Amino acid sequence: MTTLLTVDKLIKSFPGVRAVDGISFAVREGQCFGLLGPNGAGKTTTLEILEGITDADSGEIRYRGLPRGDGYRQAIGIQFQHTALQDFQTVREALALFASFYDRVRPLDGLIELCNLGELLDRDTRKLSGGQRQRLLLAIALVNDPDLVFLDEPTTGLDPQSRRNFWHLLDSIKAAGKTVLLTTHYMEEASVLCDEIAVIDRGHIIEQGAPAALLAAHFPRALVRVPLHALTQTATLPVGFDRQGAYAVAATDDIDGTLKGLHAHEAALDELHITTPTLDDLFLKLTGHGLRES
Amino acid sequence: MNLTRIGAVIVARNREFYRDKAGLGWNIFMPVAMVLGFAFIFSNASEDMYKVGVLGDPAAAQSPFLDTRYVQFIGQDDATAAIDKLRYHRLDLLVDLRGVPRYWVNELSPNGYIVERLLLQSYADRSTTLQREAVSEREIRYVDWLLPGILGLNIMFSSLWGVGWVIVRYRKNGVLRRLRATPLRAGEFLVAQIASRLLVVSVVSVFVFVTTHALLGFPMRGSYIALALVFLAGAIALISVGLTVAARVRSEELANGLLDMLAFPMMIVSGVWFSLEGTNVWVQRIAELSPLTHMVDAARRIMLDGAGVADVGAEIGLLMLIAGALLALSAKAFRWQ
Repeated sequence: MTTLLTVDKLIKSFPGVRAVDGISFAVREGQCFGLLGPNGAGKTTTLEILEGITDADSGEIRYRGLPRGDGYRQAIGIQFQHTALQDFQTVREALALFASFYDRVRPLDGLIELCNLGELLDRDTRKLSGGQRQRLLLAIALVNDPDLVFLDEPTTGLDPQSRRNFWHLLDSIKAAGKTVLLTTHYMEEASVLCDEIAVIDRGHIIEQGAPAALLAAHFPRALVRVPLHALTQTATLPVGFDRQGAYAVAATDDIDGTLKGLHAHEAALDELHITTPTLDDLFLKLTGHGLRES
Repeated sequence: MNLTRIGAVIVARNREFYRDKAGLGWNIFMPVAMVLGFAFIFSNASEDMYKVGVLGDPAAAQSPFLDTRYVQFIGQDDATAAIDKLRYHRLDLLVDLRGVPRYWVNELSPNGYIVERLLLQSYADRSTTLQREAVSEREIRYVDWLLPGILGLNIMFSSLWGVGWVIVRYRKNGVLRRLRATPLRAGEFLVAQIASRLLVVSVVSVFVFVTTHALLGFPMRGSYIALALVFLAGAIALISVGLTVAARVRSEELANGLLDMLAFPMMIVSGVWFSLEGTNVWVQRIAELSPLTHMVDAARRIMLDGAGVADVGAEIGLLMLIAGALLALSAKAFRWQ
């Protein structure tokens, strides 16, 4: 895949804080690239610089190998985290308004069907639910059939069902070959949608790669946990297990072997827990704090 | 009713208000500035109820009428211009005390009627015969004189708030940020705002003109094209004022304060309600800076004097000059965020 967007040593400071501190990465065509981090990590500022909404203090951004020119805005679509639309406007009118700004416009019928807006076309945009509104804002972001779509925390504030519906929508966009640059602080969202992630904390990228590869590099495959009272003998624990409070816990790549060890130890397996590490665990390990407590 | 919740909302709103330092500043400064401004405007004539033009130098004239209290006597050099001022209610009476006392009165002016009584009373115990001239060949009622100003005021308020305040609101609630993310250019956005407001102003002004003309039957002696051009040029100039205010301001309260600060003095000094004849010369010079002054003056000349496009070309040119300068300034200063 060719590189669509290259970001090199991006720096942006605000009074008293360096929000973006030397961030570099590349996004390949057709990829869904996620910027992960807690609130205040610098991911929205980074995205706004890439969108052309905010100017960087220094650094270089290249689109298709060239500095961004006049055509850049025609080629990108943006869904902001917080967006207001003009009052007294229906969904149909909002789509038509934004379509009028672009040289190339995606057929609105297809867009309306993709974003499931058919029954909402004549509704005032102020009367949409959270999920409906996000679908409209995504449709607006896609109205020019962009090559690169920026989505800034697109599912924040949505209920679980709306969030999953939105993920299905993004799957369709990815399937259509669009390149997506996404920020989120939902690790599940990044796991489901992103081909590659960059974990940002305090303006720095602290880790970057495919989610599965990052987890494999930092964690064993699984954590096996049994309560101590389930073991017939607690003086010696099964091979590979450590005592953690009221539990015996084993971090292992060999789940089958670990279970055989428990069986040999005559442990009761009724309360056995096997968990796989998540991106939340990765973030905690990398930064020393959780994603939403920073 | 939950008073705790109501109290919490009041506190939150008050915090929002006083933490907006710029808005707070204007809310405090504006009323003080307004009071000081009015005091300055009317410092020369605060107690004078009537305005009498005196041909020649009033200080050199000898007449018992000049001792009348609560009447402001204003020297006039040009008799023709002074008679026009009388006709347009900018003077209540015009006297020539050089030789045989002579005076002109607008028979349609209520103030003129009263001041004429005062003049005649001051000469009641003298044998002097006063020579009377009536200015009434054209019926110009106060409402006729007032109406061009009212039309101008409508245009001013619609232009200032319809553009200035709305853009600030768009900036504050994120509409401008979303538009900036599109290929839409700032110049395109500003032109669209001007065109949109011009359309609204035009439709409303035509409606007001037609309706009030039907109801009041005010005179329209000049060119409709000239009147349309004057109001269009005036609206563009006033929209430009609104755009300049809105170029960077992010607080609706500050925008309101700034617009108030511009609109209220313009409303007072632009000769909409009453003539500035006899007020401080600086006030009259400031009035010359107001687009509303030129728009209202030109509209009066068209509607009352029968002026055509060529007659008000200077006013139209000046209004467009003001508009051009302010549009250039606002386009340069404009920020999406």
